[in-house]
Amino acid sequence: MATMLSVRGLYKTFTLHTQHGAQIPVFHNLRFDAASGECVALAGASGAGKSSLLCCLYGNYRPQAGTIAVYHDGAHTDMVSAQPREILEIRRRTLGYVSQFLRVVPRVSAQDVVAEPLLALTGDREAARDKAAALLARLNIPRSLWSLPPATFSGGEQQRVNIARGFCVDYPVLLLDEPTASLDAANRAEVVRLIHEAKARGAAVVGIFHDEEVRDAVADRLFHLDAYKAAA
Amino acid sequence: METSLHAAATAAAFRETPAPFAGPAPGPAPLLNVSGLTKYYGDMLGCRDVTFALWPGEVMGIVGESGSGKSTLLGCLSGRMAPSSGQVAYESERFGVVDVHRAPEPVRRNLLRTEWGVVHQNPRDGLRLAVSAGGNIGERLMAVGARNYGTIRAEALRWLREVEIDATRIDHLPRTFSGGMQQRLQIAANLATGPRLLFMDEPTGGLDVSVQARLLDLLRNLVSRLGLSVVIVTHDLAVARLLAHRLMVMRRGKVVESGLTDQVLDDPQHPYTQLLVSSILHA
Repeated sequence: MATMLSVRGLYKTFTLHTQHGAQIPVFHNLRFDAASGECVALAGASGAGKSSLLCCLYGNYRPQAGTIAVYHDGAHTDMVSAQPREILEIRRRTLGYVSQFLRVVPRVSAQDVVAEPLLALTGDREAARDKAAALLARLNIPRSLWSLPPATFSGGEQQRVNIARGFCVDYPVLLLDEPTASLDAANRAEVVRLIHEAKARGAAVVGIFHDEEVRDAVADRLFHLDAYKAAA
Repeated sequence: METSLHAAATAAAFRETPAPFAGPAPGPAPLLNVSGLTKYYGDMLGCRDVTFALWPGEVMGIVGESGSGKSTLLGCLSGRMAPSSGQVAYESERFGVVDVHRAPEPVRRNLLRTEWGVVHQNPRDGLRLAVSAGGNIGERLMAVGARNYGTIRAEALRWLREVEIDATRIDHLPRTFSGGMQQRLQIAANLATGPRLLFMDEPTGGLDVSVQARLLDLLRNLVSRLGLSVVIVTHDLAVARLLAHRLMVMRRGKVVESGLTDQVLDDPQHPYTQLLVSSILHA
């Protein structure tokens, strides 16, 4: 199995300059790999840095040291030292991320919010909207909501729109931050199916799953962060 | 002739400056290469030692509080203000690489009319209020050689539609427009000549929040659909997050932090950026 994601010597600490330079160490000398077709579940107590690690992997947080090699375009690119436009290109084609909360854009309909990443990738508006519709239907978002901006949706609906958006492109690497947190059993099962399909087509999935049932259903192995926290 | 000689000279000078971005480039070459740009007003600092490259299709936001040098920098980048030192090299479709501040004035003026657009915070600075809406767009087209009245009017109508201004307003004076409409008209006039690079100074500055949201949505769509490169000055971090791919944070004339937009806003490193981000009010 090809290594899609390879993290070495990753070190993350927050320095809060507005709090007299307080230091909050997150993890230290962290190392792990994720291969094509496998799902790695991040484990550790609350505050162990699971979400921070996902943010680092996505290029959203800036680690103090270390490398994050993402397999992109036939070669490994280091997210830590990549230029903004390279990171955006990697995110466009290779690296997907489902955050805990949907960031709503004024005036953009739910269907277009979901279709946007695929549209940006292919330029085919119709195909992107079709795929978005299929995902919204799978995740039980009523058709009457598709043309509305999700700002007024419930928390669970927004989260499902967010998941649909994350799965609209068949990313080779998928980062999932508690994708089933506020979902009912039927929608949880649908998300599990989506993750299985992603793995089956060869995606490497790294996720945080607090729901043990979901974690047991999708994860091939656990990666414990606590050991890296203690060393920080 | 003069311009092509000039382009060759600047191209030679340009090759000696190392590219600010190393590593593999998905795009062919930067559109704008800025190095050591510095502007003093007498002994007062405007901006100091600003260096960056802007790639085709990139939207760069310049953020920071009032008086931090954002607008000064924008003025120097777009050739409307002479820097005290430093260089702005622009990869022109027509002239090749242009050293913006050493190029002859007609070249700069030509760029501002054709390949560049400038959107001012106050639409009155970018529009002619005694000329009809259609005339404001038509003037820019005529400056690049359009002469056929029917074509010009059809183009003006097309751009009014693009910025969601009702076609029936084409013969009205912009002073009868609301602030949001004036701003959209200013954008239409700038886009009519098909620029590749837009300079925008607080384009949503004086607008109501609902009007702002509409303008932002419009700008976002136009910029991505037309593949424009943009340098946008704003003090509004929400606007920056929505429009910009990357950010430069300015304080007292200097760039204190730069990087991918969500990285700068979600994990700010510099004390000043942290202060800026933590000062946002959430409604």
